[in-house]
Amino acid sequence: MAEKRPLSPHIQVYRWQWTMLMSIVHRATGVALAIGSILLVLWLVSLAAGPASFERAQLILGSLPGLVLLGGWSFALFYHLLNGLRHLAWDAGWGLELKDAFASGMVVIIGAAALTGLTWVLAASIYGGF
Amino acid sequence: MAEFTLPKNSKVGKGKHWPAPAGATNIRSFKVYRYDPDSGENPRTDTYDVDMDSCGPMVLDALIKIKNEIDTTLTFRRSCREGVCGSCAMNIDGTNTLACTKFNEEVKGEIAIYPLPHQPVVKDLVPDQTHFFAQYRQIEPWIKVDTPPPARERLQSPEEREKLDGLYECILCSCCSTACPSYWWNADRYLGPAVLLQAYRWLADSRDEATGERLDQLEDPFRLYRCHTIMNCTRTCPKGLSPAAAISEIKRMMVARQV
Repeated sequence: MAEKRPLSPHIQVYRWQWTMLMSIVHRATGVALAIGSILLVLWLVSLAAGPASFERAQLILGSLPGLVLLGGWSFALFYHLLNGLRHLAWDAGWGLELKDAFASGMVVIIGAAALTGLTWVLAASIYGGF
Repeated sequence: MAEFTLPKNSKVGKGKHWPAPAGATNIRSFKVYRYDPDSGENPRTDTYDVDMDSCGPMVLDALIKIKNEIDTTLTFRRSCREGVCGSCAMNIDGTNTLACTKFNEEVKGEIAIYPLPHQPVVKDLVPDQTHFFAQYRQIEPWIKVDTPPPARERLQSPEEREKLDGLYECILCSCCSTACPSYWWNADRYLGPAVLLQAYRWLADSRDEATGERLDQLEDPFRLYRCHTIMNCTRTCPKGLSPAAAISEIKRMMVARQV
């Protein structure tokens, strides 16, 4: 009998909460970073394999899709880093009040966007464009 | 495991529309999840148009009016109608709360009412809470002592008693646990916010002498540590408590006893 009972709707009906969204983005950026680190290793491998392969890797990463990927990856890095610090603070017992969690969440989102922007502005100024 | 879609027998179909009586001018629609175990059919949502001029202010008032005047087969739990018993916990307008303390006016447009999320449904808005209360039983929610009872009661200083504020008020309505995505995916092993808040209620009690044993029971990758501070629990608690903070305190006690 009990097994025949239907399961009540959950994610289909639950109103999205910003805390919930930030949590799932933390998980997603973690996954993205894990995959991104493999790309980083591939890039280093291409460097070790000689100038021709390195040039090919640079060409792929420097293409528009490559740059978009790198842009997303750098945002994931800063988001995961800052939100990780937020988690550390929570584990120390700080910032668990809803208004504090909201404020720290805003800091994480704005901070990650700002750091990503800064990184790319710096990169562009060093290399003189992409 | 995380399963984002509903099983085949749980998919929600479209149900009946119950129009308001003729002459009613102040009408609001209530979309209510219905499941009849005897019909062999899938759950559905029925829409009831209710004359608000003759309806009380709370969502529970509307549900009782529907049951009394429109459709007597509608089934839901309720008792105290003042936010103390926790019986009428359900998902209203997307978040979990008590129908008796939720104003109809807090919701814009159609008022959608579902049973507490990710629970086996007995009928309509009545979930099967056997598992939830078995987990509550698992944390042994009573005072445990080794010392012989004193001549009078076990005393507590006002400061010690204060540590139970924000914990003892929990009515075990399970709004928080059924709002928690971690609990949705891992309720078989994760205790969930309500039960962990109750666990902390006993850990924080100066009179209890089983702190070490209680922490041993919780030291587990799933029972405690599936909490990822998603905070849906604290956002949804109809009593304004913070299970997230209580769970954080347990995690800190775990660390503190290792150093």
